[in-house]
Amino acid sequence: MLFRYIFILIILLPIKAIALIEVDITRGNLSPLPIAVSPLSIDKKSKESFNKILKNKDLGSEISIVVENNLKQSGLFNPLNKNAFLQEPDIAHLKPRFEDWALIKAQALITGKVTYFDEKLRVEFRLWDVLAAKEMMAIAFTTVPTNWRRVGHIITDKVYERLTGEKGYFDTRIIYVSEEGKKTNRIKKLAIMDQDGFNTKYLTLGNELVLTPRFNPTNQMVTYLSYFRNLPRVYLLDIETGIQEVVGDFPGMTFAPRFSPDGKKIIMSFAMDGNSDIYTMDLENRVVEKITNHPSIDTSPSYSPNGKYICFNSDRSGYQQIYVMKSNGSNVKRISFGKGIYGTPVWSPRGDLIAFTKMHKGKFYIGVMRTDGSGERLLTENYYQEAPSWSPNGRVLIFYRETKTDEMGEGFSAKLWSIDLTGYNERLVDTETDASDPSWSSLLSN
Amino acid sequence: MNLGKILKNVLLVTLACLVLSACATQKKSTNQLQGDVYTGTDTVEYLASGVPDRVFFATNESILTTKSRDTLRKQAAWMRKNSDLTFVIEGHADERGTREYNLALGERRANAAKDYLMTYGVDGNRLSVISYGKERPVDSGSNPLSWSKNRRSVTVKAN
Repeated sequence: MLFRYIFILIILLPIKAIALIEVDITRGNLSPLPIAVSPLSIDKKSKESFNKILKNKDLGSEISIVVENNLKQSGLFNPLNKNAFLQEPDIAHLKPRFEDWALIKAQALITGKVTYFDEKLRVEFRLWDVLAAKEMMAIAFTTVPTNWRRVGHIITDKVYERLTGEKGYFDTRIIYVSEEGKKTNRIKKLAIMDQDGFNTKYLTLGNELVLTPRFNPTNQMVTYLSYFRNLPRVYLLDIETGIQEVVGDFPGMTFAPRFSPDGKKIIMSFAMDGNSDIYTMDLENRVVEKITNHPSIDTSPSYSPNGKYICFNSDRSGYQQIYVMKSNGSNVKRISFGKGIYGTPVWSPRGDLIAFTKMHKGKFYIGVMRTDGSGERLLTENYYQEAPSWSPNGRVLIFYRETKTDEMGEGFSAKLWSIDLTGYNERLVDTETDASDPSWSSLLSN
Repeated sequence: MNLGKILKNVLLVTLACLVLSACATQKKSTNQLQGDVYTGTDTVEYLASGVPDRVFFATNESILTTKSRDTLRKQAAWMRKNSDLTFVIEGHADERGTREYNLALGERRANAAKDYLMTYGVDGNRLSVISYGKERPVDSGSNPLSWSKNRRSVTVKAN
C-alpha cells in the first residue's frame, strides 16, 4: 500500500473571513509573501510516543519544516526565520497575538498541533491573516504516524490553495530514471520519490536499460520502456505489487508511452522497418489501434486532458515539429513554426498550453505554446535539456538537464530541474543519484 | 594590364590556393569528417579482416554515404560466405536530440543498413535490428567529432 493511505479530514470551522491576503501566481513573483510557519505544538506524551515509533525528536517542528521548505521552493512565499518568533507554538495556535507577528513583518501565519491518539497521528492546523487579525482556515486530520511528511505536504497544499485560489502540487511524487556510471554505459533504474526529494525508492534493479516512465491518472501504475532481454518494449508496472507486464504483442520496438487521461489506454510509438507510427492499446480488451499512418517518424504522443486531441512529434515536414490531431488520428495540423526544431510535446493538465523542447543553433530550450501554436514562450535555455512534465496544477514544469563533458570526455551529469510557467524560480531538484526523464504524479490525496 | 601585374595576380592566386589547400588537408586529418559524417577509424571494429563493423551518418539523417555503402557491400559479401551466422544491427544517435525521437532515428538507421545488406543478397531472416537511440555512445565527448562517431549503425554477430 504505497499510495492509498487513509486520511480523515475534518473542517473545524467554516471559512468565514474574507481573504485579504492573496498571492498572484500568474506573473513572476518578485516579492514572495512573508509567512511565519510556527512549529506545530506537541505535548510531552505524544512527543515520547512519536520518538519511540519514528525516532523523531520533535515531530511538530519537523512537519513545520516540511511546510516551510515547500512554501520556499514554490517561490511565492518567504518563510520567516523561526528565531524571530515571539510566541510559543501552543499559545499561538489557540489565539495568536497578531501584533507580535506583524512586528516581524509576517502577513500570514500557520500554527498547529500534533497529538498521538489511538496509535494514530492527529494534526490540526490554522492559517491566520496577520494584518486582518483573522483566521482564514482550520483543518484537522488523522493518519498513520509514518505518513508524517505527507501531513506537511497536505498542509502546504491547503495553504497554497487558500492563498492562490488554485490547487497545490505538494502532496505528489516524481517518477524518474536514476542514472549511474560512465556516460558510455549508464546503469538506469526506475525511481520514485516525494516531490521534495524525500522517500526515494528504486523500482527496478538496473539489470536492463529503462527509459521514460509515466504515471497513470491514479498514480498506481507506471508505463515505461524497458530493454528486458534486449527487446525494447513498452511495459506496465503496478507500483504496489511490483508486477510488470509487456504492453501488447508487437513484432518490433514500442516506445514513448503515456496513459490516456481516463487511464484506460496506453498511447505509444511502434517502430517497424524504419518507420515509427503512433498506436493505442486498450488495457481492458487489449485492442490495438493504429492512430497515425505516415512514412515519417511519429512519436512522443500526449493526450489533451479531455482525451479529444493528441499532440505528437513528427518529422514529416523534413525536421522534428509538433503536430496536433483528433484522438482518432484525423485532422492532423502542424502547430510549431518558429525557428529551430521541436520535440517532446506534452499537454498541460489545464488544457490550454503545450510544453515542448526546442533545439536551435546548438542550444536546447524548454518552452510553452498555445494548443494552436500561437504565443510561443521559451522559459529556459541550456546546453542540453528536454522532456518537460507538468505539475498537476499546470504551474510548474520539471525536466532534465545534461552537462557538457570536458576535453577528456569527463564530467557528465544529468539532473532534474524545475521552473515556473512564468519563467521564474528555476531550481535544481534534489535526487540521490543522477536523474532523467521525470514524470509528475497527480495529487495523491484527492 | 602589364606583365608585372599579371604575375602578381598569379602569385596571389597561387598563394591563396596553397593556404586553402593547407586548411583543407589539415581539417581532413584532424577532424576525420566529411560534411559531418565520420570518416575515421578510431572506433571501428572488424567482423573479419577488411570488413568494418559500422557505418556513420550525418546529423538527423539515415542516408547511406558512398563509403557506408562500400562498407555494407563488404559485410554482405562476408555474410553470404558465412551463411550459418546471424546478426543484430544496432542503430544509434548522438546526444544532441530528444530521447524518444532518437530511438526512432536509431531504428531508421539500423533499417537503412539492413535494407542495403538485403539488396546485396543477405536473407532478412538473418538480420534483426535494435535501436539504442542516444543511450550507448562510444565517445563521451561533447563536440562535433564525438557526436559523429556516435551517429552509427553497428553490425554485431548474434550467434
